[in-house]
Amino acid sequence: MHQQRVVKVNDFALKLANVNGTGSASANSLLMQAIFRMGIPVSGKNLFPSNIQGLPTWYEVRVNHAGHVARALDYDLVVAMNAETYARDVKEVRSGGYLLYDSTWPLDASLMREDVQFLGVPLAQMCNDIFGESRERILMKNIAYLGALMALLDIDTAIVDQMLEEKFGKKKALMDSNHRALSCGYDYARDHLDCPLPIRLEKMNATSDSILIDGNTATALGCVYAGATVAAWYPITPSTSVMDAFKQFCEKFRKDPETKKNNYCIVQAEDELSAIGMVIGANWNGARAFTSTSGPGVSLMSELIGLAYYAEIPVVLVDVQRTGPSTGMPTRTQQGDILACAYASHGDTKHILLFPANPGECFSLVVEAFDLAERFQTPVFMLTDLDIGMNDWVCPRLKWDDSYRPDRGRVMDAAELEAAGKFFRYSPENADHVAARTLPGTSSKGAFFTRGSGHNKLGGYTEIPDEYQEVMDRLLKKHAAAKKAVPAAIVQTQPGARIGLVSVGGCDPAVREAVDVLAAAGTKVDYLRVRAFPFGADVEAFLANHDRVYVIEQNRDAQLKTLLLVETAVAKEKLRSVLVYGGFPLSSRHVVDSVTRQEQQEKVTG
Amino acid sequence: MASIKKPIVAHPSARANKLGLTMRDYEGSMSTLCAGCGHDSVTAGIVRAFYELETPPHMIAKLSGIGCSSKTPTYFVSGAHGFNSAHGRMPSIATGANAANRSLTYIGISGDGDSLSIGIGQLAHAIRRNLNMLYVLENNGVYGLTKGQFSASADVGTKSKRGDANKQSPIDPVMLGLSLGATFVARGFSGDKAQLVPLLKAGLAHRGFALIDVISPCVTFNDHEGSTKSYVYTRKHLMQMVGTDFVPRAEEITTSYDPGTTTAVKLHDGSTVRLSKVAPDYDPSDRQAVHAYLQRIQGKGEVPTGLLYLDPRSSDMHDMSGTVESPLSRLPFEALCPGSAKLDAIQEAFR
Repeated sequence: MHQQRVVKVNDFALKLANVNGTGSASANSLLMQAIFRMGIPVSGKNLFPSNIQGLPTWYEVRVNHAGHVARALDYDLVVAMNAETYARDVKEVRSGGYLLYDSTWPLDASLMREDVQFLGVPLAQMCNDIFGESRERILMKNIAYLGALMALLDIDTAIVDQMLEEKFGKKKALMDSNHRALSCGYDYARDHLDCPLPIRLEKMNATSDSILIDGNTATALGCVYAGATVAAWYPITPSTSVMDAFKQFCEKFRKDPETKKNNYCIVQAEDELSAIGMVIGANWNGARAFTSTSGPGVSLMSELIGLAYYAEIPVVLVDVQRTGPSTGMPTRTQQGDILACAYASHGDTKHILLFPANPGECFSLVVEAFDLAERFQTPVFMLTDLDIGMNDWVCPRLKWDDSYRPDRGRVMDAAELEAAGKFFRYSPENADHVAARTLPGTSSKGAFFTRGSGHNKLGGYTEIPDEYQEVMDRLLKKHAAAKKAVPAAIVQTQPGARIGLVSVGGCDPAVREAVDVLAAAGTKVDYLRVRAFPFGADVEAFLANHDRVYVIEQNRDAQLKTLLLVETAVAKEKLRSVLVYGGFPLSSRHVVDSVTRQEQQEKVTG
Repeated sequence: MASIKKPIVAHPSARANKLGLTMRDYEGSMSTLCAGCGHDSVTAGIVRAFYELETPPHMIAKLSGIGCSSKTPTYFVSGAHGFNSAHGRMPSIATGANAANRSLTYIGISGDGDSLSIGIGQLAHAIRRNLNMLYVLENNGVYGLTKGQFSASADVGTKSKRGDANKQSPIDPVMLGLSLGATFVARGFSGDKAQLVPLLKAGLAHRGFALIDVISPCVTFNDHEGSTKSYVYTRKHLMQMVGTDFVPRAEEITTSYDPGTTTAVKLHDGSTVRLSKVAPDYDPSDRQAVHAYLQRIQGKGEVPTGLLYLDPRSSDMHDMSGTVESPLSRLPFEALCPGSAKLDAIQEAFR
């Protein structure tokens, strides 16, 4: 049994298998936070069910001193707390790895593996001895395994003490329970197991300028900083926490100092049809307004997205993507709404999309979304996903430039209307092919009739082909003009690379790691991460300058690749796909294996 | 009548209101509806109501959905911003608009198709939010633009132009409003402007959701014998429950009235509605009683009209949300952006 174990300091992956609704999330996020505070790059992925209590849930922690914290597919240590998934969880331990289990009950002999070291800790028994109340026994078992992990992985106990102090400082009884549970796990592991394990932690200084934040919180903060005053939404996983956080930040930052009244209005709508209508109404009336939703919401909103597009009303829509189609898997991640958003609504429509890759970009890009929506008087979608939105990510501290002022686009005030004499809603246009709008309440001289029905360039109703087409053609030019205004792609090159990788959003950490792994194996690749649609000249140039381009995305139908084929000049033969769409975040191994396999085929057939 | 342009010169007898505006200044473009359409009478009532209320046109926002009724905002107050939105979605657009700027006067025009079928969800929830707006539901029991299908307000047994009888039970906007907690529920008739104009004015002055169901016959598809939404049927069955007189804030109440049969109700903006009980045992401030009373007489085929229910002291959406008084759309950016120092501070919680 005692094989030679590989020492892996600050470079390993854990998987914690739990039952949902038992309080494990709190222990697991404390674990991740402790590693973060030890200064070590880390990620935590919550793989949870669409359920409140009783179904399997997993939490994965990846620790990597080089900063590669995309999801790992090999687990050095699995904490198996869910009898229902034991068999599956035992299988997932890498050869030579460890399995921590609750030894209150004997483990089924058939589950044993020769190449895995089993670490038994009598968690239930210890918690039953310490705690009298049944719910507390269940909750504290999680804290007890955290205690055991502290000893096994060499987690700094002072840091954990400090975190508990911050969390429970004023609640003495809770604090006391947590300490007792932590100690029983820690002491047992120290006294009965070889601590620390060869996989362990050592303090670093790689996270002192970073924060631990999820994308939905960062998005909400961005909306506050962008000056959004109206938000309308309908609860939907995984976007709900955007609005929860927006409300919390508004309560903190948006109270009128004298009256204590709200400098914001959040409306929980009856459905997404209504939520988007409210956002359109508020933007039409001059407020910065947004909604947050997920795929099913986008489907419902599509009708009025077309109205906003055609009547040229700014809209900011945050789509935290989940696994579709239909209800799909609400608590699993995907990038399946790219095409649905790019062309949302009936008739000829085309929208501006922004793709943040991490919570830091959620914060900065949502501010850009408001500027672009008002500058181009059109809906702007920010597409994140469940992995970015709901998991905590280590990000550089958010920065804010106090000289920032919102770009409200072309809006004429009463004096400008007076000077202009005549006002027509859709004429004259500027270099971006945008005409000035006026806000209700400004002046009768700027009054106009907003309509989703056919209109001419003066804003009047029309059914005349030429007049209709003139407006539609301008809208197309306007969309093209946005190419120069949207955030540029992020490009990473190596001298002599002929192969390109193109990816988007939350794939980024896995793809960046894959670039290094491929290079180490002798395959040089360049990498471009798309951050917006319409695609700019940078995307065109990257596609033109590489022999083969692998488009890596998390959906079945190669939606980004499709969009690139339709909307750029790239030749179809050049583009390949790497598609991972089972609902869990992407791993670098998915990318490396697929690219390697396809390149080998290329050598055989090419 | 679209081929006829309105003359630019106003009739010399046209009197200006305190803003120096005549009735003509509250009109819009020529109606393109059928000659004799009830909706045009409602439009004329709206023009008069705004003129008499002396509302600055640019402080009005007029919104609609889709349908014949929803075309009408083009025909009044051309100096106001208008929004002809999508079928059944006007309430949500109006909600957002109102959220952004609470200082404007909102009027929404809808029909029975727009409000009671495709848009019933949005109407119901706008009522629940007590959105501060006047919602005029021009009710003719029929889909006009698509040529004569029954709408959800068609009574059981009412006949289509082709002679088919409707078998499904109707949705009555008044009963719907009452049961959802609407704070101002009225019914008018496009053929009775003397009653309609004070209702419109009171609805505009009411703070909260004012729902006026206006029976507005469709001369082309639903004005025949056998229809319960025709001019003839409506005139025959009209039953005014409450007489409504609107007295603006600035005006003193000079005419005397009998306190036994008339109640003066102060609205939030300082104006007054005087409700005279035409039906002596009718109490427009008692929701349950109104509900029972109307159910009883409507069951007999009567069409009760007037300001049927009023709660002048309700909280609107902004009261419930605790929003500041000044329009959110006009708040300076400095009041909205917390700045870099606060961002640095808040991030300590993300360590």
